[in-house]
Amino acid sequence: MAKAAESSGEPGTTSPRPLFAGLSDISISQDIPVEGEITIPMRSHIREFDSSTLNESVQNTIMRDLKAVGKKFMHVLYPRKSNTLLRDWDLWGPLILCVTLALMLQRSSVDSEKDGGPQFAEVFVIVWFGAVTITLNSKLLGGNISFFQSLCVLGYCILPLTVAMLVCRLVLLAEQGPINFMVRLFVVIVMFTWSIVASTAFLADSQPPNRKALAIYPVFLFYFVISWMILTFTPQ
Amino acid sequence: MAAADELAFHEFEEASNLLAETPDAVTTSGSGQLTPQGHVAVAVDSGGSYGAEEEVEESDKTALLQEKQQPGFWTFGYYQSFFDVDTCQVLDRIRGSLLPRPGHNFVRHRLRNRPDLYGPFWICATLAFVLAVTGNLTLVLAQRRDPSIHYSPQFHKVTVAGITIYCYVWLVPLALWGFLQWRKRVRERVGPYTFLETVCVYGYSLFVFIPTVVLWLIPVPWLQWLFGALALALSAASLVFTLWPVVREDTRLVAAVLLSTVVLLHALLATGCKFYFFQPLPLEPLAPPPQATSLPLNLLPPPTPRSQVT
Repeated sequence: MAKAAESSGEPGTTSPRPLFAGLSDISISQDIPVEGEITIPMRSHIREFDSSTLNESVQNTIMRDLKAVGKKFMHVLYPRKSNTLLRDWDLWGPLILCVTLALMLQRSSVDSEKDGGPQFAEVFVIVWFGAVTITLNSKLLGGNISFFQSLCVLGYCILPLTVAMLVCRLVLLAEQGPINFMVRLFVVIVMFTWSIVASTAFLADSQPPNRKALAIYPVFLFYFVISWMILTFTPQ
Repeated sequence: MAAADELAFHEFEEASNLLAETPDAVTTSGSGQLTPQGHVAVAVDSGGSYGAEEEVEESDKTALLQEKQQPGFWTFGYYQSFFDVDTCQVLDRIRGSLLPRPGHNFVRHRLRNRPDLYGPFWICATLAFVLAVTGNLTLVLAQRRDPSIHYSPQFHKVTVAGITIYCYVWLVPLALWGFLQWRKRVRERVGPYTFLETVCVYGYSLFVFIPTVVLWLIPVPWLQWLFGALALALSAASLVFTLWPVVREDTRLVAAVLLSTVVLLHALLATGCKFYFFQPLPLEPLAPPPQATSLPLNLLPPPTPRSQVT
């Protein structure tokens, strides 16, 4: 401490001293002991067990993925405010649903292409580009959801409409007429509402509060178009 | 203040020039008081309060200009600045386009020079889908009257509708903006609109067609034409009232030609959509007459035997 007093007592030095330069000269008279305990939390099981899924059988892999997809289907069918779809997103479910829907919308007729319903590629493009556009829209509006999470939610919420398509195809096996149409209309409307409610339950929280309607409206338009495709399906 | 001076409207320059000549005068820039030479009318008035307002306006402008230091166009933030609207703002802009008033410029009053891309994009998407869906629904109604018409979902019409409307809302404002930029040197006072503001005006002006297209389901021809004319009038009025302050300093010929071209293109779009998507319903059990636009092939059968028997 005597040294510090000397060095700081020089008057008239031309070079300015840096701020804490004097600290290095200070010697502490008493050593303060530093002691204690540091605990590092250890994982209970061995780390290698988690990351090596290469050695498991194919059946295990497929069953695990299928179970994850199935669990998410359940979450869509009974929408509650949960984070499962957002946390562990995957795109298998949307792919399965999109392919199923596009296949069911194929007509077995030999009409010319211009005349008919949506082709396989058109359904695919509408579903995937529609989902990408809605995701971009919600991100541009300032939502804090990631790109693939949003795609995952939108894809999974097509499930009610796929069920509606199945039901419509079964109903169309019966005799055609106004009652037939009414039944199909009712089913499609119910499933459309279910889709919207499910996707809103997952997506609404990620939007800024004064822009929620702006982000939800494109979702409404998207499912409306898909419902329209399902409703106008007529097997020839 | 140099930046603010560069971007000051010419009216302030003229006003400050005149103010320098007569230090006791206060300028009022009245938008309706335009002398044939195009100079600002100067009213010598007492009180310097207007000068303070002018300063506040200029500082507001500099603040806005600093806000608008946008990031480069390769960043996400650049595009995010075009979606910086709230729900109530979008609804307000839609209301403004539905009720055009002669003195109220859509760009200055509603947009307040902050255009957005959300409105035009989703209004065009909605209009394209609504056109295709209601056009298909008229086919359903036609089939109920005349079972010989073959119903089909006609899904390709969605593609056609989408391409037409998006091209209209992007290419026509591009042409208009280019033309206005080219004529910029003729105009002294009011700066032209930016490209995005023009797109915005066009996009919001198409909103009135959405309920009109739904109302075109009513199978009464004169009612359909009435609704169409009403919608066209509202939409074109909104466009004309927005463009009028910009073209009015131009020569009369150029202004007249420009405005009539704008209205004509709008009318073409409306009638084109009406003819392509809404085929006239058959009054007798005959197929609808063949039209120039592409129809599904099996809507062109020869006259049915019923009419030949009678």
